[in-house]
Amino acid sequence: MTYALPAGPRPAPRRQLFMSTGIAVAAGTMLMGGMLALWLRFRAAAPTRPSSDGFKLIKDWLPADLKMPEVVTNVGILSFLVMGVMVQWAAYAARRGDSKHVVAALSLTLLFGIAILNAQAAIFVQFNIGVASGTYQSMFYAIVGTLTVLIVSGVVFTVASLFKSIGGRAANTDLLNAHALYWYFLAAAYTAVWFVVFVQK
Amino acid sequence: MTTIETHASGSQVHATSSDSALGAFLVGVGAWATTTDHKRIGRLFTGCALLIAIAAAALGAVIGVERISATGYSLLDQDSVTQIFSLYRVGLSFGVMLPLLLGVAIAVVPLQVGAKTVAFARLAMFGFWMWLAGVGLAVGSTIANGGPGGGSEKMVDLFLLGMGIAVIGALAAAVSVVTTVLTNRAPGMTLLRVPMSSWSALTGGVALILTLPVLLGTLVYLYVDHRYARVAFGGNKGISDWMGWSLTQPQTYVYVAMGAGVLAEIAAVVSGKRQVLRPVLLTGIAIVSLAALGGATQVQHGVTWTNTSGSDKVKELIPFLIFNALPLLGVLVVLGVSLLGIAKSKPRLVPAMAPALLGLGMVLTGMVGHLVALFGPAQLAGTVFEEGEFIYVGYGALLIGLAAVSYWGPKLWGRVLPSSAVLGISGLAFLGTVLAALPMYIAGFANQPANVANNFSYSGPQELWNTASAAGHALVAVSVLLFVLTALRAFTAGEVAGDDPWDAQSLEWSVSSPAPSNNFVSTPSVTSAEPLLDIKPAGGQ
Repeated sequence: MTYALPAGPRPAPRRQLFMSTGIAVAAGTMLMGGMLALWLRFRAAAPTRPSSDGFKLIKDWLPADLKMPEVVTNVGILSFLVMGVMVQWAAYAARRGDSKHVVAALSLTLLFGIAILNAQAAIFVQFNIGVASGTYQSMFYAIVGTLTVLIVSGVVFTVASLFKSIGGRAANTDLLNAHALYWYFLAAAYTAVWFVVFVQK
Repeated sequence: MTTIETHASGSQVHATSSDSALGAFLVGVGAWATTTDHKRIGRLFTGCALLIAIAAAALGAVIGVERISATGYSLLDQDSVTQIFSLYRVGLSFGVMLPLLLGVAIAVVPLQVGAKTVAFARLAMFGFWMWLAGVGLAVGSTIANGGPGGGSEKMVDLFLLGMGIAVIGALAAAVSVVTTVLTNRAPGMTLLRVPMSSWSALTGGVALILTLPVLLGTLVYLYVDHRYARVAFGGNKGISDWMGWSLTQPQTYVYVAMGAGVLAEIAAVVSGKRQVLRPVLLTGIAIVSLAALGGATQVQHGVTWTNTSGSDKVKELIPFLIFNALPLLGVLVVLGVSLLGIAKSKPRLVPAMAPALLGLGMVLTGMVGHLVALFGPAQLAGTVFEEGEFIYVGYGALLIGLAAVSYWGPKLWGRVLPSSAVLGISGLAFLGTVLAALPMYIAGFANQPANVANNFSYSGPQELWNTASAAGHALVAVSVLLFVLTALRAFTAGEVAGDDPWDAQSLEWSVSSPAPSNNFVSTPSVTSAEPLLDIKPAGGQ
């Protein structure tokens, strides 16, 4: 026997994309958090030796000939600040149904996203030590490489959002809020890596 | 308007659209390979997991046979022992526990919450293929002298790559399930009204999403280090140390957490009444997922209690209990409340209750064992006692998976598994689990070393315990094989199921069997946690 339940009203929008992006952001936070935790653990466990004058201890963590491209990393974090404004502009314009502003904001987001990727490439080029030459180097390439992959996925998200907006879905607030959330996560992840890996080293 | 739709026929249309048998077969394979029907995706996950379970249990039997004699029977090369143990653990964790219960969730959750499909069905499909490809790469590379401790550099790299791909696949599927429960519920279905299985899929899915990325990050480090530098993580021998936490307790509880609600769900149907102490049960299921705390932090909080003051003992005890005893408490709550509901009613026969109860009981035994093993004075660290815990939890999850397939089989295939077969096979699998794991508990107290197959010194009756354990693994392998064969026969030519064969309570039983391709013609409206009892004459009173 089959039991017939009464049909309900059409369910209200549940912001499916925003929710799933939030879940993905939680996963991304655990990914970067776990990698940074291992980084800190290895840094703390690096062997120490007395300095030549014997007055202080030197931690053998950084390679002697390391040249950290700090200018590029600082430009990267400033770009993320601007990016935060752009993605929020797109989300705000979507709420107002202003398709021109949505497309303009997403285009600028894409531009800055590509600029950040360019900065990431510059970091790898200017970082003058090979991946195989030590613990620090292999871990540096692993964590910065993972961050770069996440940024690439953000740029792909922006391209998809831009195409959808140009295609007539500029008022899709769920999409653009999710897009903004993902870039905020990327900004937070970049800031954490910038501080721990690029500044504190 | 009702929520009833006639039986699905879309797949049959695909299958008969080609004139030749080969053409029809290829069309069918293509339809399955690219399907976005959540029921098919779930069935692919569970089917593959059951096949891997047979192989994993057979591998366990080989390890047991190798251990019967102290000098070994030379079934295994001395160099390959580490790889074989890893293969067994990877197979049971990532090839059986995780996909079996994840697959059940993908197949059942949308039906239970009143959704037409799973959220982001293509993501779930992507997750399945990624998981399958990843596990295939990991197993294949280990066989080709890769894996932890493997001798081939490229195969070790491939193992790490495969594990990473499998983790990404499992994550994608988990995101799909969790989003479904959070956003696709029918009108009136608040989170407190979600069926127990869907609730455990939500909490277990969240636990997976919080712990698997930590493993993924570790795998990235391991891959880059092993591929290029081999200076930081101990090369091929260090892989087990760094990713071992994902293959042992308490992380394995996270893989089982998705199944914690299966027993509660079936127990309520057995009782025929509305769930008693429902909020307590929901809390208990959620507490099981707190095992994620131990997994994500990767720290074993044990108790030494040697030469310490009373306050120091308490300081050790608190994290020990938080990280290890909370999941145990959750399982106890689930078992207790489920059995309380049955005790207050006139129970009905639902065959799936047997494997569900036995499975959760086995998981509980593994959890108790883990608590005992972490208790320093017991001196069980590094013994096969730890392997016993893993076997109890792994095969317990397998039994829960068998229960889920038996229970929801009618809704997914439209036919019923014979009751006698379900009861008999679950009894065999239970016996196999106890035979495989209990001797390891006993031999652990006699200091038989863990992860060693031969040339170990051991004071106990080595032949007896290891023969029993090998027989247990073999029995589990035979049980799962029998289950698969029985299911293949029953689900293709067995007794046709009614739409509500168990006189159940949740939404999936309001649609025809097998469930149609879009589940519900119109969105059902829900006014309680047991919507079918609201419209049935007895009403669960």
